[in-house]
Amino acid sequence: MFADYDQIMERLSVNQLWDFPGGVHPEQKKSLSNQHNIEAMPLASAYYVPVKQHIGVHGELLVEVGDHVLKGQALTNNEQSMAVPVHAPSSGTVTNIAEHVSAHPSGIPELTVTIEPDGQDQWISLKPVPDFTKVASVDLINMICEAGISGLGGAGFPTHIKTTSVQPTEFLIINGIECEPYISSDDRLMREHAWQIRQGIDILVHILQPKQVLVAVEDNKPEALETMAIACQQKDNYQVVSVPTKYPAGGEKQLIQVLTSREVPANGLPSDVACIMYNVGTCYAIADAIVEGKPLIKRVVTITGEAVQTPKNVWARLGTPVEELLESAGYLANKQKEARVVMGGPMMGFAITSTKTPVVKITNCLLVPSDEELPHIDDERACIRCSACADACPVSLLPQQMFWYSKAKELDKAQEYHLFDCIECGACAYVCPSEIPLVHYYRQAKADIRNQQEEKAKSEKAKIRFEARKARLQREKEEREEKHRLAAEARKSSMTKDGGAAKDKIAAALARAKAKKEALAKQAVADTTTPSEKTTNETSARSTNQATVSTEQTSKQTKQDKDSDKKAKVAAAIAKAKAKKTKQAAGVVDETSAPSSKKKKNSPITKIPEDTNESEVPAAESEKAKAAELKKKRVAAALAKAKAKKAREAKAAKQKQTEAAEANNNQGEENN
Amino acid sequence: MFTFGSLLIVALLALVFGAILGFAAIRFKVEGDPLVEQIDAILPQTQCGQCGYPGCKPYAEAIANGDDINKCPPGGEATIKELADLMGVEAKPLDAAHGVEDIKKVAFIREDECIGCTKCIQACPVDAIIGAAKQMHTIITDECTGCDLCVDPCPVDCIDMIPVEVDASHWEWNFSKVPVGDIPIKQVS
Repeated sequence: MFADYDQIMERLSVNQLWDFPGGVHPEQKKSLSNQHNIEAMPLASAYYVPVKQHIGVHGELLVEVGDHVLKGQALTNNEQSMAVPVHAPSSGTVTNIAEHVSAHPSGIPELTVTIEPDGQDQWISLKPVPDFTKVASVDLINMICEAGISGLGGAGFPTHIKTTSVQPTEFLIINGIECEPYISSDDRLMREHAWQIRQGIDILVHILQPKQVLVAVEDNKPEALETMAIACQQKDNYQVVSVPTKYPAGGEKQLIQVLTSREVPANGLPSDVACIMYNVGTCYAIADAIVEGKPLIKRVVTITGEAVQTPKNVWARLGTPVEELLESAGYLANKQKEARVVMGGPMMGFAITSTKTPVVKITNCLLVPSDEELPHIDDERACIRCSACADACPVSLLPQQMFWYSKAKELDKAQEYHLFDCIECGACAYVCPSEIPLVHYYRQAKADIRNQQEEKAKSEKAKIRFEARKARLQREKEEREEKHRLAAEARKSSMTKDGGAAKDKIAAALARAKAKKEALAKQAVADTTTPSEKTTNETSARSTNQATVSTEQTSKQTKQDKDSDKKAKVAAAIAKAKAKKTKQAAGVVDETSAPSSKKKKNSPITKIPEDTNESEVPAAESEKAKAAELKKKRVAAALAKAKAKKAREAKAAKQKQTEAAEANNNQGEENN
Repeated sequence: MFTFGSLLIVALLALVFGAILGFAAIRFKVEGDPLVEQIDAILPQTQCGQCGYPGCKPYAEAIANGDDINKCPPGGEATIKELADLMGVEAKPLDAAHGVEDIKKVAFIREDECIGCTKCIQACPVDAIIGAAKQMHTIITDECTGCDLCVDPCPVDCIDMIPVEVDASHWEWNFSKVPVGDIPIKQVS
C-alpha cells in the first residue's frame, strides 16, 4: 500500500528524501524579521480574547462582566469534546463580554471577553508536573486540553483530539518547516527554545509511543537546524531532517509525502498512514503546559513587511489587539496608500478588517507590506489555459477546471475535480499569468457547497419532522374516533342488555328515598307545632290522599269564599294532581317502572326528604337540616298569610289581576 | 425438409431467447424511482404552504401531476432550475402570486408577551415550538424552517421573524460586503 517503515528509515539514514508534485519558490524575505531575539511585549491596555480560537465549538463561559481574573485563569470550560478553553492573558478585570471583530477574513464579530489588566500580572497557582513519565497518557492529554492548546501551525485543530489517536503511530513528525515567505516565528522559537521544544516532543513520545521522531526543518534555516540537532542528539530515535526549501513543503500532507513518500488519502487523516504531525510551537506550548503548568496565553508573532520600521518577532499574549503590535514595531503609514495588514503570510493570509483585531492562537505573522511589495491586484484577466497552475499544484489537481466550474457555480462539476482536496496553498494563483485569484474562487465554491449541504441536511430533518407530525395527528384523530366509537357502543349495550336491571335499581333507590322521606315527614309533624300550609302538606303526604285533598280544600276554602268559581277549579285541579303524585310516590315500591315525567314533577314533596336525608348522618348536620326545615316552614307560613291578605285585598280591587297573581303564587309555592 | 429444419431452429431460438429475456425482466426488475420522491427531495421542506398546497410533499405530488414548478418562494430560482432539469421543462421565473424569494429567517417568540395559548404550536408544521397551555412558548431555532405560519395565529402578535445572521463558518467569501480588500495571493518576486 505504501512504503514500509524500514525502507523509509533506510533512505532517511542517508538523508535521501522524496518530493511532492508542483510547488513554487517565492522570494523568502525571512531575513527581514529573523535577525533579532524574540522580544517581550509590554502589557496592553486591554485584551480581547475570542472564546473560539480553534476548529470546533467554544466552551461555556466561566466568568462574568466585573469579575477579577488572574493570569492563566480559564475563561471558558472544556466540557464538550471539541471545545478548547481560553485563558486570561494577564490578571485584571473582565470589562466586557460581547461581540468583537474576529481574526477571520470576514471580520464578522464573534463573542469575545475583554480584560483590562491591573498591572500586577499575577499568575493563578500553577500545577507543574515534575516527572511526566510517571503520569498516565490520559491525564497528560487532559492537561493539554485544559491548557487550551490547539494546533499553532495554522489550522488550529484541538491538540488533545489529535493526540487521542487509536491507531499505532510509526512516525511522529515535528513540523518546523515554516515554508511561507516572511514568517520567522517558528525559526526564532527553534533557535532560542530548542530545549523546551524537545521537552514537548518527549511528552508526545510518552503519550503516542511512536517508532521514530522526525524533526523536519527547511534548509533555509541552518541555525534552527543546528539547535534542534543539538537538542535532540541524546535520543536515538529522534532525527532532525533538513528538507529542501519549496512552498508548500510545510503542508501536513506534503511534508508526510516528502519524508515518507506516503500519501494521505483524500478525506483521510495522517493517522491513516501511521503518521502524526505537530508544529514546533505546539510542542513548546505542550512543554509549557505540562512541565511548568502554564496554559497557552502567549505565542510568537512575526511583525514584518516593508511598512514597519523594525520587523521583528515578539511574544504576543493572545488577545492583544493588532494595533499595539504595529505600534511596537513602528508602523510606517506613508508606505501604504490605504492601511493594509495581513494576518498570516502572503500566500495563505488574509487582510484584517480592523486593527482592533486580536491576536489568536493561529496568528503566526502580521505582514504590513508596502504598496510596491504586495500590490493590489484588481484586474484579473481571462484564463489563457496555459496550465501553469496545474504544474504548480502540490495536490496534482486541475486548478483551471476547478476555477471554471467554481466561477460558473457548477458546483457538482467542481466537486468532480476534487475541489475539497485543494489545500488552498495559493501556489496556482502565485504562478497565474492572468493574475486570477484562483483560491478565492475555490473558497467561495467550498463555502457554497458546505452551506448547500447544510441546508439539504436541514430540509431533510424538516421533512422527517413534518411527516412525524402528520403521522401523529392522524394517529390522534384515529384514537379519538376509536374512543368515541367505543363509548357509543358501551352506551348502546348497557341500554339494551342490562337496561331493565338499571331501571330496577333506579326504581328501588327511589322507593328507598320515598320510604325514608315518609318516616322523616312523620317525625317532622311530631316535632313541629307551627300551623302552616307546609305542615298540612306534609301531613297529607303522610296520610291518605283523601286527607290531602281535604286539607287542601280546607286551606283553599278560606280563599274560595271570596274568589270566583274559576279559581276554585284551578286550585282543585292542582290539589288533585298533588294527591295523585303522593299516592304514586307511596305506592312506588311495588311499581317496577315509574314514568319519569312524574318523578320529575314531585318537587314540593321530594324537596324535604332531600334535606332530611342527612338526618341519618351526624347529629350536627341533622340539626342544621332541622333548622333549615323550620325556616322553610316559617317562610311557607308567611307565604300563606300573604296569600290570605292578598286575597282579601283582591276582593276590593281588580279581580282578574289577583287571579293571575294567585295562580302565580300557587305555582311559585309549588316550585318551592 | 430443409425449410422445416430451419424453421424449427428459428422457432427454438426464439423460444430460448424469449425465455432468457422473460427471466431477466423478472430477475433484474428495476424499481422505478418514484418521481414524487425526487421532486420532494428538491423542494426546501419549509412546509410553508405558500404554493397553495399543505406542505412540500403535496406540492411535489401536484408537480408530478403537471402543476407549475414556479410556486415555491423559499426555494427560489435555484429550486426552479433543479425542478426544470428533473422534469425536462423550461425554467420559469418565480410566480409572484405565491410570494417573493426572501432571505432566510427564523421565528422568535417575545417570551414576556406570550400568553401561552398554544395556537402557534398547532400551526407549526415541524413541531419546532415547545410550550403548554398557559405556559410560555419558545422556538427551537435549529428546527424552525422560517415558514411564517405561526405569526398569524398569535393573538398577541408576539412572534417575530428574524433574519438569520451569517457567522464566520457560513461566510461565503464575499468581499464585496467587507470594506477591506482581498486575500494577498499575489506576491511580487
